[in-house]
Amino acid sequence: MKRRTKEALFFGLFRACAVIVVASLVIILGYVFINGIGKWSIQFFTQNPAPNIHGALVEGGILSPLVGTLMLMALVFVIAIPIGVLAAVFLSEYWGNTRVSRVWWIVVNNLAGVPSIVWGLLGVALFVYYLNFGLSLIAAGITLSLLVLPLIMVATKEAMEAVPSSMREASISLGATKWQTIRHHVLPYSASGILTGIILSLSRAGGETAPILLTGVAINAAIPGALTDQFQALPYYIYFNATQTSDSAQAYPMAYAAALALIAFIIGLNMVAIWMRNKYRKKYRW
Amino acid sequence: MATKVAVKRRKLLRAFLESGIAAALLVCALVSVAVLILVFAYLVGNALPFFGSYSLWSFLTGTVWMPVPPYPSYGVLPLLMGTIMVSFVAALIAIPIGIGCTIYLSEIASPGVKKWLKPAIEVLASIPSVVYGLFAALVLSEWLKAIFNPVTRLNALNGAIILAVMIIPILVSISEEAMNSVPRHLKEASLALGANRWETIRRTIIPAALPGIVAAIVLSIGRAVGETMAVIMATGNSTQFTTNILASVRTMTATLAIDVPEATNGSQEYYALFAVGLLLFVITFAINIIADYVMARYREAYK
Repeated sequence: MKRRTKEALFFGLFRACAVIVVASLVIILGYVFINGIGKWSIQFFTQNPAPNIHGALVEGGILSPLVGTLMLMALVFVIAIPIGVLAAVFLSEYWGNTRVSRVWWIVVNNLAGVPSIVWGLLGVALFVYYLNFGLSLIAAGITLSLLVLPLIMVATKEAMEAVPSSMREASISLGATKWQTIRHHVLPYSASGILTGIILSLSRAGGETAPILLTGVAINAAIPGALTDQFQALPYYIYFNATQTSDSAQAYPMAYAAALALIAFIIGLNMVAIWMRNKYRKKYRW
Repeated sequence: MATKVAVKRRKLLRAFLESGIAAALLVCALVSVAVLILVFAYLVGNALPFFGSYSLWSFLTGTVWMPVPPYPSYGVLPLLMGTIMVSFVAALIAIPIGIGCTIYLSEIASPGVKKWLKPAIEVLASIPSVVYGLFAALVLSEWLKAIFNPVTRLNALNGAIILAVMIIPILVSISEEAMNSVPRHLKEASLALGANRWETIRRTIIPAALPGIVAAIVLSIGRAVGETMAVIMATGNSTQFTTNILASVRTMTATLAIDVPEATNGSQEYYALFAVGLLLFVITFAINIIADYVMARYREAYK
């Protein structure tokens, strides 16, 4: 075979691979959109789910799942983000390249790959039973916080590492203390990177199903009034209606409609993160 | 004189503040990792009681998973087989497509195409797994039913295909990074010597990026092993021991999600599920360590 033809053949194959990937995205989003958009209405977003005459939870809307998911994300924001960001600042700026810190990062990196269901299992044992929180919003919130903690730490570390060390050295040589250097030079330049990591972690927490399945989500829960209440969440609502109901003709469209809402929300968050990262890449070039 | 005192006092205050901040940050670092490590000690602690009442050997080699009294059986093999089968087939599908897509993205695509393709792949990565599960359960399964005439509508192949779609974006983004970090001069030297673009990719860029690509493959398999919601909705969750890809299987992750909410705290089943969780954790941790190791070797080579 001629070299030229061979090249054309392989390039065609690679292009086909890319087309398959994009096509799978378009098909999945397309199916969810077409099957889900019909159920969207004002009521869909302002009413709680309600059972129909067959006992399937297909009446009303998705208000309580939506609020439950937002509450979970708020808990993660309050618990995981300050600890994660500050811990990463310390590990990369104060302990820098010591052996302890390297081992520490290996642990953190590997924890980022632990399956979400394992976090759920720990949540059950530790928070639900041992600390006796019961199946609750707080148990699920802390479990999700543990899950995203390594992600936040890695993102923060990478954002700070992107700031050239000459900046730190210049600041220190002008008499600034370590914290002043971090506060006025490292953090401002890595802020958008850290923020991107935070947004991505929150969107991950909002889309997780397996951990909350074990730690406190309940299909008939109302909007929680206390941290110890059970709650409803958007991913669980989708799972429930797509799998375990008798009235599937009614349930599937509701599952699609809720999936469309979840995707729109998560992709929206991710778009913001991607946009911010690109903007920041253009702004600072070293 | 007074100003000297003031300066001194300010210096003291600053030094105090400095160490205070350092201490506070240290506490955060300690909290983060201590919590994570403690939590895993807890996982082991809950799995151990199970082996007091059930032999490790029958757990690892038993082919029946039936946690029902009066004669419960906790053989993990059907679950392990389900996990291995689904993730192995997913990898078989995802690796060629993912690598092809990576080569296209990093070496062939024009900047204009790249500008759209990259975010598209990131969007694919950000879709929650429950949505993939929804698609597999309601749409993909019907297509497969029409083509392959499977044993059950929900089966291992269904789960494997949806998993492949889920892990491709991870594979692509990590291996693309590896291909991009191949030094430019290698590529230019190859082209200058008369190799065309495909020959340059095949003989120069891929060999140079290979460790990164291998790490990407290993990491994406790790992700497939740990995925819960998509497989739980796609594979039908029958606990039979089978090697038939068109039959229903139940993975380890699915078992945890299905059985834990039903197990009584402190019962043998409860501890057995922790043993499954521990096994799952050990497998994924080993996979991550391997990927880390490969990646570290490769970073050294290009420093």
